[in-house]
Amino acid sequence: MAGKGLYGGLPEAGPPGFAPRLLEFADELRREGMAVGTSELLDAFSALEEVSWENREDFREALAATLAKSQEDRRVFELIFDRFFFRAVEREAVEKGLREQRYEGGERLDLEELRARIRDAIRQGSDGEMRDLARLAIAAFGRQGEGSGVIGVDVQRIRRTLGLKGEQVTDPAELVDPDSVPRERLREFERHLRRELERATIERTESLPPAKPLREYDRALPSGPLQDLAAVHRVVAQMKRRLATLSHEKRGRRKGQIVDVRRTMRASLETGGVPLRLRYRPKRPKRPEIYVLCDVSTSVTSASVFFLSVLHALHDAFRRQRSFVFVERISEVTDVFERERSFAAVSHAIATDAGVADVSGYTDYGRVWLEFLDQVIDELDPRSTVIVLGDARTNGREPHARAFGAVAERAGRMFWLNPEPKLYWNYGDSVMSAYEPWCDGVFECWTTKQLETFVNALAGQPAQAAR
Amino acid sequence: MTDELHSLDATRDALRDAGYLAGESTALVSFLAGKLGKPVLVEGPAGVGKTELAKALSRATERKLIRLQCYEGLDESKALYEWNYRKQLLRIQTEAGDAGWQDVQEDIFGEEFLLTRPLLQAISEERPVVLLIDEIDKTDQEFEAMLLEVLSEFQISIPEMGVVEARTRPLVLLTSNNSRELTEALKRRCLYLWLDYPDVERELEIVRLHSPEISESMARRLVEVVHMVRALDLKKPPSIAESIDWARALLLLGADDIDRSVFERTLSIIVKHRTDLDVVAERVGVKLDGGLLGKQTG
Repeated sequence: MAGKGLYGGLPEAGPPGFAPRLLEFADELRREGMAVGTSELLDAFSALEEVSWENREDFREALAATLAKSQEDRRVFELIFDRFFFRAVEREAVEKGLREQRYEGGERLDLEELRARIRDAIRQGSDGEMRDLARLAIAAFGRQGEGSGVIGVDVQRIRRTLGLKGEQVTDPAELVDPDSVPRERLREFERHLRRELERATIERTESLPPAKPLREYDRALPSGPLQDLAAVHRVVAQMKRRLATLSHEKRGRRKGQIVDVRRTMRASLETGGVPLRLRYRPKRPKRPEIYVLCDVSTSVTSASVFFLSVLHALHDAFRRQRSFVFVERISEVTDVFERERSFAAVSHAIATDAGVADVSGYTDYGRVWLEFLDQVIDELDPRSTVIVLGDARTNGREPHARAFGAVAERAGRMFWLNPEPKLYWNYGDSVMSAYEPWCDGVFECWTTKQLETFVNALAGQPAQAAR
Repeated sequence: MTDELHSLDATRDALRDAGYLAGESTALVSFLAGKLGKPVLVEGPAGVGKTELAKALSRATERKLIRLQCYEGLDESKALYEWNYRKQLLRIQTEAGDAGWQDVQEDIFGEEFLLTRPLLQAISEERPVVLLIDEIDKTDQEFEAMLLEVLSEFQISIPEMGVVEARTRPLVLLTSNNSRELTEALKRRCLYLWLDYPDVERELEIVRLHSPEISESMARRLVEVVHMVRALDLKKPPSIAESIDWARALLLLGADDIDRSVFERTLSIIVKHRTDLDVVAERVGVKLDGGLLGKQTG
């Protein structure tokens, strides 16, 4: 029955019953970075009592509504749900020695007919048909596939043999090429192929392959930054409070304060209606204005994911922030952050659309300051904070420190976060010394801990005297 | 009235009767909200029917709708309760000579002098209500923290009076345009529902539900054009409500087809930015003039 197979046998089944399975499912979600609390699990159990388990969609939606609380979480949820319950079913089948009927003599199928039926099923989005046809396709090409042992490779090989091409369309009727199918639906078919191939492997080896982290399946999921992103967001939230406090402290204690009549009269109730203590309208601290310039050149590649996650977190925390990325020239990407919420989508949009390289692709910091001055100088004021994320390696070009100084003079605060250790500053083509005198603070920063150091330094900074 | 949502199918039917075509997840989450008594957090782009869902639930369950529209700077005195200090001062003055100060002080902090705001009102009603907290992402994070007691315990603490517990439990919907990340604490207390733009078939149903006089072919063409417009990279994609408005406008104008000239004359109903107008006219208008859609009808 459950003999030793290629993958080392079955995982421990655990205690019987549904509740332990749901707890296992929650554990898998947590391993992928989702925050699933006990209260949410209890909600999931309550929700499942109210829906019919015979309806797969209702079952899935009830779990999703209680466990996944954002679009990003929902995406992870979908992948884990499909994999987890697929594995649960297959484990039962292996333990009971069940086998499904397999098609034999698949090579006698008419290849053209099979291709046409698969294409039609994909275009119509017919899930049941796609599953059946995935089996037929595996039967047709399965003999050759025995040897590869890598399911992803087999999926792609079968797809190429069938000659299917995915195209991005909003209306399937627009497809002109008879071999083209909507891309999203083709991905669904590939998922069916993968699942049926896994099922065949499980039957053949009578064992379950180990579960892999999601990022091995789906290259669209960034590796690492999801966990870092949460930490970066927390640090940036601290930064927001620090900056708001600094803005507030700048003001004189009672200058220009306005009596809040409502609160004064309200307080007078404690003293028989006589307004003994005046209440003043709280002055809402002005929202800090943040300008962030982020180097995305190849020389900071190792830090750029971290920098982009800082940029992403800053946009979440500050309402009025403008973001620029640069290599040789600058490009404003404020709209990208307003349009896209997920980190992966932002990274992709910046990588493809930002238009930051001119000719050589090497950073030109001097040109960046000239362009920034040209675009932004009129809007900088003492409430503005400019944060530069970059290594100050200007590849032998003119640093234009005077232009940088002009920016710093207009802004209230200027900070530089450098992804290199101080030891390397001013070494080679680094020109940190040209810019450092104009900054209120310069920091080594390529980890969340160092970002916290920067935020804490902000807190310790005395209020700026008029410069 | 809660019996209106006694099953998943009944929920979907009730929402449809109230003029709202609920998708599978929408109907399920609405049903679970009624059964489990938990708030629902509805996120999605602007214009997909998040606020409308609360109104439809109000109609479907015949509950009163209490709406709290959120904005930056919203604080507890506008959301929870406030003391009517004018009335309190008048009471003090009229009774100062007769009663002792201690008696007056206890008296002026009674329910009679309390001004209810939406949240307090929602839990004070004799009959259950639908409470809509609209566009929660526009508030500060501090406001979210203030909501937690209401959303999980359905009670409000008033220092001078003590804890006010719910007379009846409202059905709570919070909407968010996803413009900022909401706190984990808030999300943990809610069921989550993501609403997106509907597909062509569903939007066709929605448009025909609200404009029954429009012909099937005209409605389909309208919806297809709207989907082409949404596929562009616009500052503001057309909302479902604007699709419905466009259908009604075309009926009023007596248009019997959507060709390029009709499209360009009525474009401003679904596109409302100067730059968007140019993009749409250039990319979609051309197709209506013997383009792809033209070939289909030819």
